[in-house]
Amino acid sequence: MAVLLIAEHNNKELRPFTLNATTAASQIDSEVHAVIIGNNSTEASKQLSELPVIKKVLSVEAPHYENFTAENFAPVVVKLAENYSHIICSANTFGKNLMPRIAAHLDTSQISDIIKVISSDTFVRPIYAGNAFATVKSNDAKKCVTIRPTSFDPCESSGGSAPIEKIDAGEEFSNTKFVKREEIKSDRPELGTARIVVSGGRGMQSGDNFKLITEIADKLGAAIGASRAAVDAGYISNDHQVGQTGKVVVPDLYIAVGISGAIQHLAGMKESKVIVAINKDGEAPIFSVADYGLEADLFEALPQFMEELNKLNTIQK
Amino acid sequence: MKILVAVKRVIDYNVQIRVKEDGTGVVTDNVKMSTNPPDDNAIEEAVKIKEAGKATEVVAITVGEEKAQETVRKALAVGADRGIHVKADGILEPLAVSKILQKIVEKEKPDLVFMGKQAIDDDCNQTGQMLSALLNWPQATFASKIDVKDNKLEVTREIDEGLETIEINVPAIVTCDLRLNEPRYASLPNIMKAKKKPIEEISASDLGVDTSPRVEQIKVEEPPKRKAGIKVANVAELVQKLKNEAKVI
Repeated sequence: MAVLLIAEHNNKELRPFTLNATTAASQIDSEVHAVIIGNNSTEASKQLSELPVIKKVLSVEAPHYENFTAENFAPVVVKLAENYSHIICSANTFGKNLMPRIAAHLDTSQISDIIKVISSDTFVRPIYAGNAFATVKSNDAKKCVTIRPTSFDPCESSGGSAPIEKIDAGEEFSNTKFVKREEIKSDRPELGTARIVVSGGRGMQSGDNFKLITEIADKLGAAIGASRAAVDAGYISNDHQVGQTGKVVVPDLYIAVGISGAIQHLAGMKESKVIVAINKDGEAPIFSVADYGLEADLFEALPQFMEELNKLNTIQK
Repeated sequence: MKILVAVKRVIDYNVQIRVKEDGTGVVTDNVKMSTNPPDDNAIEEAVKIKEAGKATEVVAITVGEEKAQETVRKALAVGADRGIHVKADGILEPLAVSKILQKIVEKEKPDLVFMGKQAIDDDCNQTGQMLSALLNWPQATFASKIDVKDNKLEVTREIDEGLETIEINVPAIVTCDLRLNEPRYASLPNIMKAKKKPIEEISASDLGVDTSPRVEQIKVEEPPKRKAGIKVANVAELVQKLKNEAKVI
């Protein structure tokens, strides 16, 4: 039986992690179909059909799918599920919100946030904020699996031409109404997929001081991250939070500034390829995961860092 | 309005997790246990809504072994009115817990069910959404702000792109983010008073829910260790290392 991938998109285009989820789906079974639920999402459906590993696209459009409400989405997937062995989605806030609703309707014990596919029924997933890895085997006939996108490479995004089949929309769930979404627009790379992330913690002491981070991030073409402490203190908005309950990032370079390194923060960044820690407390736990540690006052170190970067002839982007 | 709040007993968030040598799980013997942190936010929010005169009763419930009752007792000490302890041993998957909660909801008929958005032990992030599916109720997950308006709630949700606001009709499920509020500490007099508040004990099997796991845990192991890093003397050395050794900038 084929596997069904639930595409994540914004009605105009696919969200990048759909490509990572597609890779995970293709490791479970070579026959990957994708469902895209949205409103005026034809262009995104077309992009989905161009992913070479996808054999068929199922497209559902209706005004009540405009805002990705799980109560509206779940019945669509549940209805399709009888033809599939697995339902797959990214373990970001879209998939976390939606998949358990589908799994409960299918009476399936969901496997959340997998980082590795061992076989079609066996997966590895982090538990305890990534302090342990569990290998688990699902004994349910139908499997609902969410995948940690940063643990899988994105699939090829062009060259495919899967057929797009329109399917009928379901009913609207009237007890949930979308009011508004406040998206923070930025010209910087997206935190989840950026090659370099510069993050600030409580040590930044104020929102204003984050400009020291912003400056360096702009110079490096990096995304800006933050610890929960910095978000809670109001220095920066929640969409920047890295950690167990925020975003998980795996950049080539992660620079942690004024972040002590609580277990919950490490859970979101310790798989990064190269980690730099700048902290004035030499005993801070962040140094235990850092490849390069600098014990220094960040208010002196960051301006010097900027100066040194300015001296370089070239900077990789 | 009546609010049911589900709480879970987990290894305290400050404890360094150790994996058992035989690969069967993590060490829990002689390890400090606490209420799952966002469940504390769920209790706090329910108590605040009651204090604002918008709820009449707050009932705390847990599902689990004998000692799980500590979490209900703690909820009573910070303002819940009474407790329910559904006794069940062994590994409980979110699907089983949500079926148990469904039975309790059918009996207790709350208007709202609150719980943390995720348990910090299994990191599943499923129970609230599953319960909401089983009841066919609206769900407001990852809530960082809740406004109670008659028979509606306006809820701000933390999503990857920023914040989303939805309006849901009661009865409904809300799963709480850590940013929802600042949970209070229990005062000594309130801890004493909580000892007199009733906790009803029910066994999962009496509810007719099969809690046997559907997912087999094959092994639990430590994540690969990072190789030890170095300390650099100054910023100039750091930038040189990043440029010439790590080759990342």
